[in-house]
Amino acid sequence: MKTIDLDHQSVRELNQGLHDQASACTEPEWLVLNPAGKHAIACGLNAKLSVDIQGHAGYYCAGMNQQASVTLHGNAGQGVAENMMSGLVRVRGNASQSAAATAHGGLLVVEGDAAARCGISMKGVDIVVGGSVGHMSAFMAQAGRLVVCGDAGETLGDSLYEARIYVKGKVASLGADCIEKPMRDEHLAELRELLNRAGIDANPSDFRRYGSARELYHFKVDNAAAY
Amino acid sequence: MTDVYVKAGLRESATFDRITINEIQRAADTGIYDIRGFGAKRRVPHFDDLLFLGASMSRYPLEGYREKCATDVTLGTRFAKRPLKLDIPVTIAGMSFGALSAQAKEALGRGASIVGTSTTTGDGGMTPEERGQSKHLVYQYLPSRYGMNPDDLRKGDAIEVVLGQGAKPGGGGMLLGQKITERVAGMRTLPVGIDQRSACRHPDWTGPDDLAIKIEELREITDWQKPIFIKIGATRTYYDVKLAVKAGADVIVLDGMQGGTAATQEVFIEHVGIPTLAAIPQAVQALQEMDMHRQVQLIVSGGIRTGADVAKAMALGADAVGIGTAALIAMGCNHPKWNQDYEAIGSAAGYYDDYHEGRCPAGISTQDPELSQRLDPVDGGRRLANYLRVLTMEAQTLARACGKSHLHNLEPEDLVALTVEAAAMARVPLAGTNWIPGQGF
Repeated sequence: MKTIDLDHQSVRELNQGLHDQASACTEPEWLVLNPAGKHAIACGLNAKLSVDIQGHAGYYCAGMNQQASVTLHGNAGQGVAENMMSGLVRVRGNASQSAAATAHGGLLVVEGDAAARCGISMKGVDIVVGGSVGHMSAFMAQAGRLVVCGDAGETLGDSLYEARIYVKGKVASLGADCIEKPMRDEHLAELRELLNRAGIDANPSDFRRYGSARELYHFKVDNAAAY
Repeated sequence: MTDVYVKAGLRESATFDRITINEIQRAADTGIYDIRGFGAKRRVPHFDDLLFLGASMSRYPLEGYREKCATDVTLGTRFAKRPLKLDIPVTIAGMSFGALSAQAKEALGRGASIVGTSTTTGDGGMTPEERGQSKHLVYQYLPSRYGMNPDDLRKGDAIEVVLGQGAKPGGGGMLLGQKITERVAGMRTLPVGIDQRSACRHPDWTGPDDLAIKIEELREITDWQKPIFIKIGATRTYYDVKLAVKAGADVIVLDGMQGGTAATQEVFIEHVGIPTLAAIPQAVQALQEMDMHRQVQLIVSGGIRTGADVAKAMALGADAVGIGTAALIAMGCNHPKWNQDYEAIGSAAGYYDDYHEGRCPAGISTQDPELSQRLDPVDGGRRLANYLRVLTMEAQTLARACGKSHLHNLEPEDLVALTVEAAAMARVPLAGTNWIPGQGF
């Protein structure tokens, strides 16, 4: 296992070392010590790496991740796993706003709470939050699944496209064009699979499903009040 | 027809002219605002209101066909390991695949590459046609992040973080359902045929302090290789430029209100932002005060049409310019040969601006397979290259007349203004005087 101590080495050295693995993966396991809230830790990875970060990270930890499995043993700053394409990012603590923003693929697990705009403009990623999410989560979410095991803040799923949202607790309010939809067998099955992959123990039957009413997909005079 | 009415003693209202009356009636008919493409059509102070002071007793000119007037420019010298080196200072501005046909994007790449300059992606991501034909390709990083992925980010020769554009500062992109074909929808992860509403703010940062961290992330992901551009629509330009430089930009892209768009509300195009002429001196002042003029390069776009515009923008302090609308016109947009087709859709060559409808007779602002075929990318690229060469030669002609051996040596002292407004905005003297409005006597 390769160990990088950010008290003594720079984020640049860490990321360059991780990026070099994309051409020849000679060090599949990495341990990062003393992240101390530094930004852009382990971003832009593109190899089947396992990266363990021991502590809290700043903005954009594991941003644009491809293939790698990144575990943050602490809290994540803004935009953790933003624009992730594939792989797994797990946050043992809480995540700040815009977690997995615009992400296209892979799985983000936040074992604690995620703040505002979790899954904003998500484009295919799966997100499982063990706790609650803040306001405007899944805003303009295009594709993928957001699972919230706690509560959801105001205007959940505003201007939603084709992403699916599952919430176990209370929803403060739904955003424009977001409606509750029936839980059918296929939804229970996909939710069970997501919870299993996330390693979170919860009963899919306790969740409600939300999705797009698809009423705002075209500009219509009658919808003017919704904008 | 107008003469007949005038001779009959009828008088048109200056306030409620025929265009205004038509718009009121259109709004009453439809209940929705007018959406169109192109850029601002109203008259604003512009480069036409400036003149060069050619060489005379106190300056000597360069021989037009014998003495060199260089045109090269290097963008991104501040932090990037691999700055962008261009042969001419006229770049192609960001325009999306989706707004434009794949053939048009390919033609832009071909034309730009022939003359050694760059082209730019747009909302919706990078197409193989565009990357394949573009020697220098700037990859836009937009609020929507449609089609954004790290592989394409690394394939770009520079990254342009888009905060706004001159046609609609403060507004997001728009692409109506007619143009959301299967391919466009797939690239943007959207349902086919919907009216796409792009975000106007970035989803994972807010404000200049966050932007600095975002730029740090982009540099880390690309191993500090790529220049980072920041594109702003011209509004509070002095402050925006200072904040962009502080956030770590290598290059500022400044788009004035005459800059084009594929689609937005008419009210936005005509009533938001400031003219390019007014914005350049603000940007240059900000850069100079930070000792960053020429360290952070300035690209100016919005209404560049001729080599005179290129030279004047550079004399005011730009390092390069960008063209969008003019590039499309060079490739055939609004060409008279399509006039019958324009008339069939209620427009005319020289007036066509309904880019959002996807019915472009020239095959440029469309996704219709049959219309798109009308544009031959090779021929379109050749026409664009011809036009870019003319722009460059015209700018060189003016620079030589001012005694400059490089376009970058043009300076505000080479210019005078024809109007008080232009003098005040461009901060050059009114012709025949030493008076710059706002700077005393």
